Amino acid sequence: MLTISRALYEKVIEHARKDHPDEACGVIAGPIGTDRPTRFIPMQNAERSPTFYRFDSLEQLRVWREMDDNDEEPVVIYHSHTATQAYPSRTDISYASEPQAHYVLVSTRDEAETEFRSYLITDGEVTEEPVVVTE
Amino acid sequence: MAIEVRIPTILRTYTGGAKAVEGSGATLDELLNNLDAAHGGLRERLVDGEKLRRFVNVYLNDEDVRFLGGLETPVKDGDTVTVLPAVAGGAR
Repeated sequence: MLTISRALYEKVIEHARKDHPDEACGVIAGPIGTDRPTRFIPMQNAERSPTFYRFDSLEQLRVWREMDDNDEEPVVIYHSHTATQAYPSRTDISYASEPQAHYVLVSTRDEAETEFRSYLITDGEVTEEPVVVTE
Repeated sequence: MAIEVRIPTILRTYTGGAKAVEGSGATLDELLNNLDAAHGGLRERLVDGEKLRRFVNVYLNDEDVRFLGGLETPVKDGDTVTVLPAVAGGAR
């Protein structure tokens, strides 16, 4: 189950809408072991593509070091799909490599409604989980 | 000669849970071979044949080794090598 504040939930959606039709991506860090997303970190999509995303490698180093210094870990790793459903693709599954992270997928394929779903991905297995948005 | 190598969570099964290990070598290639002797299987997660895997980022201090010399990047005592799996994916 992913528990996330409304403020953070809306920041993710806003980021996805802003970058549409390119895929948006980012991290929400939280204190290690708490499973609580607290710090929103939108990332550059180095691919700048409507069908692929990748964190810029040096930006990723900087952010990962920062989390380490803060005793944080990536609690949420999010990205958007701009023309397909908010479900992990084959590439999403094969590149998922933070075992504790909640992989959030947002779809901006519909102008009126944004889909926001969360998954655990370990050893190539995808398990959808409920998202609880707290006020 | 000691070079610190920082290991991401997903590869700590090769290091008995350690977040950092030490190794030696004059190039990244030698260093990875050296590490593999103590932590069997680790090199193969980073190297495919003769090249670093595309979706693994390896850094020497603050730089991405892709912009240095890849596997031929010279390393020395006191350097820190950091490994991070790339975060990537897409619609397909």
